[in-house]
Amino acid sequence: MTRDYTPIGPRHRLLSVLVENKAGVLARVAGLFSRRGYNIFSLAVAPTDNERFSRISIVVDVDSAPLEQVVAQLDKLINVVEIGELHPDEAREAELLLVSVAADASQRSQVIQLVGVFAGRIVDVGHEAITVMVAGTPELLDDFESLMKPYGIAGLQRSGRIALPKLDRGSTAGGAAVTASHIA
Amino acid sequence: MELTGAQALVKSLEMQEVEVIFGLPGGAILPVYDPIIDSPIRHILVRHEQGAGHMAEGYAQATGRPGVAMVTSGPGATNVVTALADAYMDSIPFVCVTGQVSTKAIGTDAFQESDTTGITLGVTKHNFLVTKAADIPQVVREAFHIATTGRPGPVLIDFPKDVATATMEWYWPDGVDLPGYRPASHPDLSAIRAAAALVMEAERPVIYAGGGILKSNASDALRELAELTGIPVVTTLMARGCFPDSHPLCLGMPGMHGNYTAVTSMQKSDLLIALGSRFDDRVTGKVSAFAPGARVIHVDIDKAEIGKVRRPDVGIVADCRLAIEALVETIKAAGPADHGRLTRWMKTLKSWQAEYPYTYDRSEPDRAEVTMSGVGRRPTLKPQYVIEALRATTPRDTILVSGVGQHQMWASQHWGFEYPRTWINSGGLGTMGFAVPAAIGAKVGRPDRMVWAVDGDGCFQMTAQELATATAERIPVKIAILNNAYLGMVRQWQHMFYEERYSEVYLSPDLPDYVGWAEAMGCVGLRVESAEEVIPAIEKANDIDDRPVVIDFRTDSMEQVFPMVPAGSSNDDIVVHPSQRVPGSETLR
Repeated sequence: MTRDYTPIGPRHRLLSVLVENKAGVLARVAGLFSRRGYNIFSLAVAPTDNERFSRISIVVDVDSAPLEQVVAQLDKLINVVEIGELHPDEAREAELLLVSVAADASQRSQVIQLVGVFAGRIVDVGHEAITVMVAGTPELLDDFESLMKPYGIAGLQRSGRIALPKLDRGSTAGGAAVTASHIA
Repeated sequence: MELTGAQALVKSLEMQEVEVIFGLPGGAILPVYDPIIDSPIRHILVRHEQGAGHMAEGYAQATGRPGVAMVTSGPGATNVVTALADAYMDSIPFVCVTGQVSTKAIGTDAFQESDTTGITLGVTKHNFLVTKAADIPQVVREAFHIATTGRPGPVLIDFPKDVATATMEWYWPDGVDLPGYRPASHPDLSAIRAAAALVMEAERPVIYAGGGILKSNASDALRELAELTGIPVVTTLMARGCFPDSHPLCLGMPGMHGNYTAVTSMQKSDLLIALGSRFDDRVTGKVSAFAPGARVIHVDIDKAEIGKVRRPDVGIVADCRLAIEALVETIKAAGPADHGRLTRWMKTLKSWQAEYPYTYDRSEPDRAEVTMSGVGRRPTLKPQYVIEALRATTPRDTILVSGVGQHQMWASQHWGFEYPRTWINSGGLGTMGFAVPAAIGAKVGRPDRMVWAVDGDGCFQMTAQELATATAERIPVKIAILNNAYLGMVRQWQHMFYEERYSEVYLSPDLPDYVGWAEAMGCVGLRVESAEEVIPAIEKANDIDDRPVVIDFRTDSMEQVFPMVPAGSSNDDIVVHPSQRVPGSETLR
């Protein structure tokens, strides 16, 4: 049984939100969603290369409200600097998964083999279990997760999706233009 | 120049040209109250922090300048939350400074600590927690900038005690540093052209003017647009006064208790020109049945309002005044105006106005009524008559302030507004208790104007302690209590929708003794029990200019507000006054 980590479909839209890196910004964003009754499917937040700003990647369930309304309300937050929607075919998406899998001596080699297939890394080893880190597209992680299930999962954490727009290769002048549709 | 954080805060407020602070000191804000003694800023000591908030709101609405309140941490801050929420709903520029426990004590459940920025996150346009004294001038400048630009709103500055006592090297910032804040201003001209095309071909257009007209000082522009195009105007509860009620093109207030013509004109229109209005549920009634045949032009400075309730045919994110001026220019450029195609529409509107004006039963014989206090004579004084008498005996530019409920609707219906910023009420949040403190704030901002509050007896009891503030500070406001001994609007709903099962709405006309209350607060108290006493009492009150006056008008408790669109119903199902319900007349043409 896989969880509902299907590729971004009509219900789910990915917003990439650049925010000022100030105390309480995440609470403002999360508070806005709960206050207005919008559903968040996943959310990832981390600083960008510029320490003044952080980027929040939010997968929004647009069954709860039209995307343009969500974006317009988000844009009213003073600390929100820029909002872009990333369409799946115009974005590079990634997610990180950490999982502790039951793997005693008899099963360990099988698990390690699968980790190799998924280009994962073993980050911790116990007597009865190992902890594995895999990075990749959300679909790849879904696959890996379902393959680990039969061994017994003791703990699992996914980071939520992060994404950046695909680079535009059509133009050679002026370096890498981004193709994210800038909404607000 | 080295200043303490407290000194820097007060000096920053001076730099913002603040002339008055409404506030009440307490432990955490104490350091700031010391430099206030030496500041030219007037401080008005309130009796409850909610009063400080509403005073700041009244001041802001009367003057167009931001109101400022200052309170302490914990309960001081939580008491002002209602006013913040009210200002947020009605887009009122309001800067509130709250004391906070020392930064090192934050999060320890210290005495009078509350998570003020957390609590007010959803009811402010923005809030700040100041953590370094050096940030103070920048934060204050940004707070005022955010509160007063774009869609105005409340901004809170949470000010820890150790920041107030720390020192900083004084500076005044060159500007704001808000990379994420870009309020709209000029309209997109292609959208203006699209709007002008709709305006020029519409046959049943209505201008739906909202509070944004007042916020953007667009009254003159609105008048020019209406007269240029010959299009009639409805003014929402938040926009009363932005277009004169006496103007031949004014249809008055739309909405749940709007007049028949205003409500029905929107229902039957083929073009709604929404200017700084937000399709509030009290205006639209059942949204799916609202103005079904209308195309919509929606101008708002807040992009999130465009399409929030009703998807417009043309949406324009811009300052209302700039958008209207651009629309006027575009229409003028298209050639001389021809109002001929509106003739039939105007004729229809005039016939509705003639048939369904606001009305009430002007006199009724005394009737016995069984009340909870026993059998007594019911006052026959009509609240609407009191409003009309007030209007007739006060200067045209009198500022009228109201609370929330029946009295508010009667005031809006029967006053006859002529000027912008002469009507101050709690529209979006519906805050009972708004009137007395808001009137005080308005009078502080406009001491040259007469300020009357029309209040209900229920509302009055919520914040009337601020009359002590008014007396102490010599702020001569005048309060007309329409005392019907009930929470009247709730009673009306129980009458109409709960089979007259009156649950917890009776207040008694005599408890408290409103005249005694007024006198205890240093005001003049008057009581009026019959129609003949109304005008003499008002004239007496008008002549008193050295202290507040309270008139206890004993009004008919059975009186109801009409017309009424029942909640959740279509505006087509508007219920008119019983005297207007002639068979067949409720069919809309």
